[in-house]
Amino acid sequence: MEACLSEEKESRESLFSKLKLTNKTAPYYFIAPAVLLFSLFTIYPFIRTIILSFFSYEYGRYVFTGFANYSRLFGDEVFYQALSNTFIYLLIQVPLMSMLSLILAVAMNSRLIKWKSQFRIGYFLPSVTEMVAYSIIFSLFLNDKGLLNYLLSMLGIDSVSWLVDPFWAKFSIMLALTWRWTGYNMVIMLAGLQGIPADLYEAAEIDGASKLKQFFYITIPQMKPLILFSMLMSTIGTINLFSEPFILTKGGPGNSTLSLGLYLYNQGFMNLNFGYASSISVVLLILTAVMSYIQVKIGGKDNG
Amino acid sequence: MVESFTGLRKLASYSLVIAGLVISLFPFYWMFIGATNSSADIFAFPPKMVPGDHFWKNLAGLNEQIDLGRVIFNSFYVSLSYTFLVLVLSTITGYAFAKFEFKGRDYLFGAILLTMMLPGQATMIPLFDTMKAFGWLNSYKAVIIPGIANAFGIFLMRQNMKKIPDSLIEAARIDGCGEFTIFYKIVLPTMKPAIAALGIYMFMGQWGNFMWQLIVLNDASMKTLPVALSSLVGLSRVDYGQVFLGASLSTLPVIAIFLLLQKQFISGILGGAVKE
Repeated sequence: MEACLSEEKESRESLFSKLKLTNKTAPYYFIAPAVLLFSLFTIYPFIRTIILSFFSYEYGRYVFTGFANYSRLFGDEVFYQALSNTFIYLLIQVPLMSMLSLILAVAMNSRLIKWKSQFRIGYFLPSVTEMVAYSIIFSLFLNDKGLLNYLLSMLGIDSVSWLVDPFWAKFSIMLALTWRWTGYNMVIMLAGLQGIPADLYEAAEIDGASKLKQFFYITIPQMKPLILFSMLMSTIGTINLFSEPFILTKGGPGNSTLSLGLYLYNQGFMNLNFGYASSISVVLLILTAVMSYIQVKIGGKDNG
Repeated sequence: MVESFTGLRKLASYSLVIAGLVISLFPFYWMFIGATNSSADIFAFPPKMVPGDHFWKNLAGLNEQIDLGRVIFNSFYVSLSYTFLVLVLSTITGYAFAKFEFKGRDYLFGAILLTMMLPGQATMIPLFDTMKAFGWLNSYKAVIIPGIANAFGIFLMRQNMKKIPDSLIEAARIDGCGEFTIFYKIVLPTMKPAIAALGIYMFMGQWGNFMWQLIVLNDASMKTLPVALSSLVGLSRVDYGQVFLGASLSTLPVIAIFLLLQKQFISGILGGAVKE
């Protein structure tokens, strides 16, 4: 191999024979760029976020203020509003969407359905749509004079202030999220369903178990790891929600759709309260870690 | 009787699946026809649900609001360079983790995996400070460089490269091939499907990466499509035909890539979720 010969010649000329690219040193060279970048752009900012949460940004410089940001945070009603909005999304939207995804996946998995891969493409499309574009489409769809209210008026239902009423604004954010991610989760769950051994169902059939019983005693337990995986992904996504409230409602009305991510953005990049925003980041970090831990724990118990 | 029961189930399954599909696809239809209609038509009573003749007018108007050529270029430039660099780093790092023994390997890999769980928003403030210190604000670098060491990419490549037989690499070593040549000429060519999947995934991710771009790109000439689009909505007088056109333009490339390469894309995603 010609390429190999020229390379050997090059390395022989090297003064630092110990640093030569050999079988032993190669992995260090190969990981070095990534490790350097990780340190600079992930690990260092991660540590610095925690440090900055004890500082306050005043007139262009950081001043140490101890736990001031945290005591402010725990007395901040807007923060609690963002936190409770996030939990409402987590407790309502994530389980409903997972259930919907599973039901659709079971329907799709039926032997009776043809053109599965074509359906799959259509269902997947919302999740690849650019986020700002879809949020804008939804904001116009849900506008007071928008399409949804027109469709409702055809059914004789009074128009609803989807984005102006606090209750319906939350509903609208959940609606948008559900539209975007249900198909994605359905495709993941469908792949899981197709991996369940058919003889499990055959055995249940022989034992005379109903379809409903089969669903609860075979499908759900077999799918548990995947359901948890997709719920974990949705949970992390929800904790970090930003674009949808940013475009659809700007967090309003009256902070009723404010997410932690949007509050962080407002505090950090609108009000330039970098220290205070860092303490919101730390809450995001802890929340993500706790949620991941809980879901991994639930998943691990039955598998191990 | 059994037959009619099956028929009923078939009907129920199909109704459910088709209803879901219509809901999934309808907003796309509405967006694309909206791009060809005037603001007044979109909000008319009843709203216009068929293509109109306002496309060129919307295009000219939109181009006046945002420098379309520049914005589209920006989006492609940052997405393509980002994707290329992620692929370079993920393959070479993944290779080291898959095929070499070295001190602290498993701890390091574990640490990299953990960063996958780290929400991007949690590091944004210091990262913004770093960008400022580097003088990278309002530059392509700020959007491209910080994320190119990608934990998911490294993980995916390592998983795939573990399947390469060691004997293949050993044989090349005996032939006197250098370590980089082995990687470049022998390992990399076998990785094409995984590289394609990761590439599509990364391109789409960067194309739609909104929050970070919103923070670091303020100059109109540096804005990408999503950021430019979001600034349109903030205007006091919004022309919805133009907004629909902008949304269509911003979504079309990802839809096109997805439709062309959906097999690799979906299998790439499932590779991360479903264990074989």
